[in-house]
Amino acid sequence: MQAYLDHAATTPMRPESLAAMVPYLTEHFGNPSGSHSVARRARVAIDEARDEVARCLGCEPGEVVFTSGGTESDNLAVLGAPGSGPGRVLCSAVEHHAVLHAAAAIGGTTVAVDPTGVVDLDALAELLGPDVGIVSVMLVNNEVGSVQPLADVAALVRARAPRALLHTDAVAAVGWLDVAGLAAVADLVSVSAHKFGGPKGVGALVVRNGPRLAPVLHGGAQERGRRPGTHDVAGVVGMAVALRVATDARIDTVTRVGAMRDRLAEGLTASIEDVGESAGPVGVGGVGDGLMVERAKIAPSCHLRVGGVDQEELLMLLDDEGVCASAGAACASGGIEPSHVLLAMGWSPAEARSAIRLSLGYTTTDHDIDHVLDVMPKVVERLRA
Amino acid sequence: MAMSGGVDSSVAAAVLTEAGHDVVGATLKLWGGATDSGCCSVADVDDARRVAEQLGVDHHVFNFTDAFEESVVTPYVVDHAAGRTPNPCIECNRSIKFGLLLERATRLGFDALATGHHARVVGGDGGMGRDGGMGRDGGDGGGGSHGAGLSLRRGSDKKKDQSYVLSMLSAGELARVVLPVGEMTKAEVRARAAALGLRTADKPDSQDVCFIHAGRGRRSFLADRMELHGAELVDASSGAVVGTVPAGELVTVGQRRGLGVAVDGRRRYALSVDVAARRITVGTSDDAVGARVTVDRATWVGPALSRRDRAYAQTSAHGAAAPCTWEGDAVVFDEPQPLVAPGQTVALYDAADPDAVVGAAVAMASSMASSSPSAVAPPSAPTSARA
Repeated sequence: MQAYLDHAATTPMRPESLAAMVPYLTEHFGNPSGSHSVARRARVAIDEARDEVARCLGCEPGEVVFTSGGTESDNLAVLGAPGSGPGRVLCSAVEHHAVLHAAAAIGGTTVAVDPTGVVDLDALAELLGPDVGIVSVMLVNNEVGSVQPLADVAALVRARAPRALLHTDAVAAVGWLDVAGLAAVADLVSVSAHKFGGPKGVGALVVRNGPRLAPVLHGGAQERGRRPGTHDVAGVVGMAVALRVATDARIDTVTRVGAMRDRLAEGLTASIEDVGESAGPVGVGGVGDGLMVERAKIAPSCHLRVGGVDQEELLMLLDDEGVCASAGAACASGGIEPSHVLLAMGWSPAEARSAIRLSLGYTTTDHDIDHVLDVMPKVVERLRA
Repeated sequence: MAMSGGVDSSVAAAVLTEAGHDVVGATLKLWGGATDSGCCSVADVDDARRVAEQLGVDHHVFNFTDAFEESVVTPYVVDHAAGRTPNPCIECNRSIKFGLLLERATRLGFDALATGHHARVVGGDGGMGRDGGMGRDGGDGGGGSHGAGLSLRRGSDKKKDQSYVLSMLSAGELARVVLPVGEMTKAEVRARAAALGLRTADKPDSQDVCFIHAGRGRRSFLADRMELHGAELVDASSGAVVGTVPAGELVTVGQRRGLGVAVDGRRRYALSVDVAARRITVGTSDDAVGARVTVDRATWVGPALSRRDRAYAQTSAHGAAAPCTWEGDAVVFDEPQPLVAPGQTVALYDAADPDAVVGAAVAMASSMASSSPSAVAPPSAPTSARA
């Protein structure tokens, strides 16, 4: 029995996405930048994918820049925004490293978060000023699942740093929140295909309201000079299809997966001593999107602190039992580093080493949940013995 | 199976796998991350992972960086600041590999921890892992006799023997330790690796302290973490200042190279290091020997030696063992030996069975007690060694 509960790391591909890609890896192999018929066939695919992505993300097709994934989108936003520069970048302390390290590379400043992983608006207000060129606050934290109050962030930015652009890393939100609606307040929005059933190595950055982005990579004129390089045609097509399917299925998926997540979290916290949800319980005080019950965290996120247990040992024994989960961020050699997100939430390094993330997805079944509820109490008991 | 990414642990894993054991590889992440040097560089972890993959065993990386910093690196710096010469590999074996990792392996349900050291664990009740029972959930998880009768012996390849760096382990720990390449010579290990097509077959042996960058060296490492002080070189016989060194903390008792002094045409050796007084006492090669090494922190594989018991003592990883008498708080060699730097481990071997480790202790000071009276260490030396 294998229970894959690491959808926040990556998702299995949607079959529709894979099927749509194959022709562009075989007969329609053209380079969309060319002018002959084979090239034009590929060009049409890029154009149609751009229309689809724009529809799902609530922007104009011309505002979609195809990239190699979330990391590139985040780097392009933080480093390429016209007002970006040393001392002019603000981001939350719980951003993905793609934002955090890009910001750090040009002397950015991080904004504190509260114990549930939500950006501290008072701290943000204090740091905002006329010199700030770009503010980056993710829509959903990828580790603990906390939904960020992006509308409040946007209001503060517009009032106190009128020249700044607002970027949101929406990588963890697609398929779970109404990204088109919630991220409409942002000038720049990052998404990554493999987090919603598309292929790895392709993503997009929405660039709204016409700011002139400085490219991070230099080369050809693709993506209107904002992102050079021959298009990954199959990847772009696969992303567009996956995004359409995930967006169309969102309400059903959230309802179904949310119920399984709640059963998992409630079952584990009830059956194992000293286990708690890292960012607080799920159902209260959250930022909703007007379409469903408000949740403080996205529906698939089950992030737990398991007292007295080392995450490396817990993950190893869970893996032996067929449960794929994760914790923190992998370092270059593959070991686990204490999560910067949990440290920013006020956890000690020792506490951060007792955290694990179980992230559900569209393929998760009740059998997966039953299996975890069966094996995890035994595994934890063994490690505590 | 602790897999460093080197050839010994690669072959050790292969030997265990071929013998039918349920093997899981673990590579320790102990230090750094950005550099590509040292025992836990990304390249070494990749080698361990690839070898494990080839052998069909699971592989995990365990992050012990905080514990390593606390138990190995910090004491290394503190010892240097006090004028001692620590042995970080032994400290790592003691507190990390055969400490935290062995505890973790036990907690995860493994019967034994295997490493690629060239040494042998023999005798006793056969051990949990030595006759086919090794793996996970393979039994009651207990050895029963806690290693009674076990002995730690030199590896079959005397030139590569690593029993010195394991000499501080107890029989209780050794009962849960398996050393699959201890019966093999290094040449046999490499030949086996080549025959199996392991990518580590021709990989050079690791040499230096793993957390110190080979290109930048010990001085630069320590200078980033402590203050280094110049010191005077004082000749033991005349009391005259015969030179200076830029960092007294980097001088090791017994050292000749790098001091750059000769008196009357004879090279001078460091006889003692007094960091507080900024003074290195130097003397001739005749002075740089001693018969008595005071020690503390003695540990025993099995029963402790009694005062006046005979033994062989080895004072460095690749040095020769010499006959001696155990005095409880000192080792007294039959013949004067090169001075032993404070902080170094003294491994003790059985007088009747020189391949068998009896125990280990840490040197505090070396002196000429039973030899020529002309080279008595200066009065401040023992004090500084304990500082």
